[in-house]
Amino acid sequence: MRSSFFGSLSNILTLGGKEFRSLCHDKAMLFLILFMFSATVYADAKAKPESLNRATVAVVDEDRSQLSGRIISALHPPQFMPPELISLNEMDKGLDSGRYTFVLNIPPDFQRDVIAGRNPDLQLNVDATRMLQAQTGTSYLENIVDGEIRAHVQRRQASPAMPVNLNIRVFFNPNVIQSWFAAINSIINNITLLAILLTGAALIRENEHGTIEHLLVMPVTPFEIMLSKIWSMGLVVLLTSSLSLHFMVQGVLGVNLNGSLLLFACCTILYLFAAASAGIYMATLARTMPQFGLLAILVLLPLVILSGGVTPRESMPEVIQWIMSMAPTTHYVSLAQAILFRGADFSIIWPSLLTMAAIGTLFFLFAHQRLRRMIRSLH
Amino acid sequence: MTPDPGRTNSGQSPVVRFSAVTHRYGDTLAADDVSLDLPAGRMIGFIGPDGVGKSTWLGLMAGARKIQSGEIMVLGGDIGRKRHREILFPRIAYMPQGLGRNLYPTLSVRENIDFFGRLFGQSKPERDRRIRDLLKSTGMSDFADRPAQKLSGGMKQKLSLCCALVHDPDLLILDEPTTGVDPLSRRQFWDLIARIRAGRRGMSVLIATAYMEEAERFDWLVAVDDGKKLAEGTPTDLLERTGTDSLERAFLALLPEERRRGHHELRIPPLSKGETVIEAHGLTMRFGEFTAVNDVSLSVSKGEIFGFIGSNGCGKSTTMKMLTGLLEPTRGEALLLGRKLDARNIDTRRRVGYMSQSFSLYGELSVRSNLELHARLFHLPPDEAARRIDELEKRFDLSRFSNDRPEDLPLGIRQRLQLAVAVLHRPDVLILDEPTSGVDPVARDRFWEMIIDLSRRDGVSIFISTHFMNEALRCDRISLMHAGRILDTDSPLVLQERRGAETLEDAFIAYLEEAEDTAGKPEKEEGSFAAEADASRGVAHPRFSLSRLLSFSIRESMELKRDPIRLSMALFGTLILMLVMGYGISLDVEDLSLAVMDQDQTLASQRYLLEYEGSRYFTPKAPVSSPAELDRRMVAGEVSVVIQTPPNFGRDLDRGAVPEAGAWIDGAMPSRAEVARGYVQGVHSGYLAGQAALSGKSGSLYNMQTRYRYNPEMKSLIAMVPNVIPLLLVFIPSMLTALGVVREKEMGSILNVYTTPVTKFEFLMGKQLPYIALSMVNFAFMFVLAVTLFRVPFTGDLATLTAGALVYIACTTGMGLLASTITSSQVAAMAGTAIFTLIPAIQFSGLIDPVSTLEGAGRVIGSMYPTTYCLLISGGTFSKGLGLTDLAVFFWPLLVFIPATTVLSVIILREQGK
Repeated sequence: MRSSFFGSLSNILTLGGKEFRSLCHDKAMLFLILFMFSATVYADAKAKPESLNRATVAVVDEDRSQLSGRIISALHPPQFMPPELISLNEMDKGLDSGRYTFVLNIPPDFQRDVIAGRNPDLQLNVDATRMLQAQTGTSYLENIVDGEIRAHVQRRQASPAMPVNLNIRVFFNPNVIQSWFAAINSIINNITLLAILLTGAALIRENEHGTIEHLLVMPVTPFEIMLSKIWSMGLVVLLTSSLSLHFMVQGVLGVNLNGSLLLFACCTILYLFAAASAGIYMATLARTMPQFGLLAILVLLPLVILSGGVTPRESMPEVIQWIMSMAPTTHYVSLAQAILFRGADFSIIWPSLLTMAAIGTLFFLFAHQRLRRMIRSLH
Repeated sequence: MTPDPGRTNSGQSPVVRFSAVTHRYGDTLAADDVSLDLPAGRMIGFIGPDGVGKSTWLGLMAGARKIQSGEIMVLGGDIGRKRHREILFPRIAYMPQGLGRNLYPTLSVRENIDFFGRLFGQSKPERDRRIRDLLKSTGMSDFADRPAQKLSGGMKQKLSLCCALVHDPDLLILDEPTTGVDPLSRRQFWDLIARIRAGRRGMSVLIATAYMEEAERFDWLVAVDDGKKLAEGTPTDLLERTGTDSLERAFLALLPEERRRGHHELRIPPLSKGETVIEAHGLTMRFGEFTAVNDVSLSVSKGEIFGFIGSNGCGKSTTMKMLTGLLEPTRGEALLLGRKLDARNIDTRRRVGYMSQSFSLYGELSVRSNLELHARLFHLPPDEAARRIDELEKRFDLSRFSNDRPEDLPLGIRQRLQLAVAVLHRPDVLILDEPTSGVDPVARDRFWEMIIDLSRRDGVSIFISTHFMNEALRCDRISLMHAGRILDTDSPLVLQERRGAETLEDAFIAYLEEAEDTAGKPEKEEGSFAAEADASRGVAHPRFSLSRLLSFSIRESMELKRDPIRLSMALFGTLILMLVMGYGISLDVEDLSLAVMDQDQTLASQRYLLEYEGSRYFTPKAPVSSPAELDRRMVAGEVSVVIQTPPNFGRDLDRGAVPEAGAWIDGAMPSRAEVARGYVQGVHSGYLAGQAALSGKSGSLYNMQTRYRYNPEMKSLIAMVPNVIPLLLVFIPSMLTALGVVREKEMGSILNVYTTPVTKFEFLMGKQLPYIALSMVNFAFMFVLAVTLFRVPFTGDLATLTAGALVYIACTTGMGLLASTITSSQVAAMAGTAIFTLIPAIQFSGLIDPVSTLEGAGRVIGSMYPTTYCLLISGGTFSKGLGLTDLAVFFWPLLVFIPATTVLSVIILREQGK
């Protein structure tokens, strides 16, 4: 029994080593892997604007008073582009063409009416097809305008003080720097993509080139074939992603990571196991590379978009939350946030970790079952 | 194929002339300063060991490989020049090495020929007539509708030949056309060539072959070794010059001394009868309706060499697979040393060595690595493994190729490697499926020495299938197989006697013909190959031809049609994704988890906190009691927002002392934190306004009216669905085309682009068109889904949106093709496409943040990336009610992008092989 265990282990190592060598010959693929974990991570992090950034505003100023001037000059970079002054009939076209996201309309005699306490209207037009900018931008804009008007009025008459002050503090990322999150999210997406594609394609390749049949007359089991692909491709991804986290994210991008990188690496290993098993499972469903390519896109897209990395999970419809809770990516994204940003330790994250391990094992067993069946039907 | 006395070499210009041609792969010289004139109108054979450069020479002549140095004139034109190649290609036909390598496996026999006919610009009636003639004269009319992948080896070669002959070439180049083809089919094949030549007197045929008995019938022979010409002349010349009586011996005599070393006539010691090692009783294998093997019984004793002879597709390979345990028989059983064969039993596998018909080792690992890999898998101790590998490399003459990759090596050497792998672990039983196909005579004899040695000295039982009759003669016993049944089993000489035949080949053919007689005779080959006077000869081959372009489109669509899984994934997968993403991507941040920490516990503080708990943006959780708990629950991600009222909140409020409430927000996800901050401020302002109203003072100075245009209720769905369409139209179409080119590179059919008049542009565009059409169908589906199920109002101009989608799809499919031309493996093409579509489209194209707000590289990518503009066109037509005049400005970047990718692909795609 012992010897068969070590024999099996040696087969898994040998076959995995072979995958490395195959990968080394594929220069384009090596380049892509390096590119993904350096340039793409950098571009993702750097391109992301800080919350509201350079939103385009136009002002229809029909008042042309001191107050309207104050409001206009209060809208400035980085949150807003310097406002363009336009006439009322230019407003619709500007919004239609997407030139302005916000148009503020200050009516005639606005300043006079405010001072006189006549409660005049102020109109803000928002291009709601740009949802995210519309949401954050509106509240920013409203706050700025409000501040300016109050300050203006206060100088003339003692306006009542606020009965309650609110002091808002943001935990873990006090300045709400978007690039932190974007960099980690980029790494997660790359891990998902590579783990699934590399392992799945490695299996399809064996199938298309007839080498799997050859392996089967050797003293090698499907279990060993699977595991060898998982560990070798997993290791490639683990290494490159860890290097990227250290040099690119912490080094070049200067992201402040609160948690234990070791714990995160353990999560990554578990996740890679689950994702690579999923890759193998998909490879047994698809018989040819073109089929696998399509299937991969059909699976990757929801994984990237719906696992909580792009938009918050709690805002998604419940059905989707429920479905996505079966995807290992969802748990991995939440683990990454918990460990890397909130500094959560094992005592807090173990339920998620356990769930991910269970999902991974389940995927592995399914894939193993299918691989055996596929092999039996080879002829 | 007797030499034509009416023709002489003199007075005719050579069909091919090599002048100082040198070609090397790394350190290996495949052509070493070769100068050579080949006489026209003849049948010319190239003979020589494997890996000496024969295939390279043929490839160079055919224009499939790029000339490194020297000059090659073919039919009077310089094949090294692009312009000449374009003129020459319609006159040349090239059939590469390997069974049906240039065929399209999912296409039927007829469709394959039809494709080649279209490439040469033939009209439909002309193609139909030619296909009919070709099929009739090759006896394949009955199989016209069978997919190429289901043909036997011999039929594949015949089909390849038909494809080569469809345009009446003046020069036919055949690279080992009969390797792996059974004797009967081989005989038919050469009869066919003879009849073609009878009909087309001027045609020259160049052939590389490993069968010396075939070479004996050629008009002219060129012996090749080590990239050099050893000798040339008629077969009789060569025999006379070497003073030998057979070409096989003549060839040996021509080889330099060191290459001949160790070669001697084979002697087979008699077999001493031993125990039975392998037994089969009534083995039957059915695949669906088709019975591949029918009631086969046999037994092989220890040390016996047992041969399997039969036509292609007669069930030999299937029987062998059952004997290895790879296939479980439908009925009957196979016993190894008295125990039932079980593939799952690892011990069984250790005792059996198997070599499959097609190359099944790792092409990208070196020869040595392949051997080492298998030694490790069989758990040979390292020192023994090294010794054994050295021994095998020497024995199979692989040492020279130790560091080469099999994918770069000729068939013969790859076969030797496979064999070395099969015997590496010293199995008790060796099952060899056509191990010597494509192996040169010297190596074949050396291989047989080894077989005999294994059998007689080590007592290994050997199961071997072969198409070489001289090999069959060396077996102790042979079985003749046909149509899944064993016709007869005995020693070769007995079988020969039983039929009263002079040679084993005649005996075999007699057996087969008898079997066919009872089964109904197949169609007789007939028809003539006289050149058509008109036909493609007169047709000019223009530099651009729509029909050539369309021939690729038609082929691609047929292949797509044959792959319903892929087709339905492309169509319905998109719809499913649209559902998931349309509903799933929600930008309405809602239901944020909120907890309160009330350190005051007065009515005033409770009223303040109730404002938050009652807001629709928040979902209240259990209150927090201490700062430590707040920390813990924040870290655990249990709450996203905590609102705290300090002690004395109520008292201070009453006194007008302005208490300070606190809000903690989880910043792990910045965009969510940002929105949460906005909500908290909003609720706080609401509270203040309410307080002011209560105290009778109007707190407000003005009235802010915020109007959300185009989507007044700020519904995520209405904003998202028009965005999802452009997104899916980049992912799916680019993935559909991503494997288009690289797959042909991997499978070998790219050769057809190298050696036919088709241009790179026609090839790429031809591949792209069907996917543009498919993706437009996709677009239509998605549009309907958007306006029906999602009920997204469509306010703009549909024609504009459709035009935008079309232009955009041309961009995205072009991107996939570009990825496919750059990469050399399918996985790299897929990964590259995924990376270069997913990331820019989701992050940089204005889906989440408008491009104008991006910075650095993201901004640059975003403003060049087609998705950016399609998002604007889609959003503009769906929500803003716009038409072409408003959106024309977004079409221009797309219209520039299309030719840019195409030109780039055309430049990058290679015109010839290396």
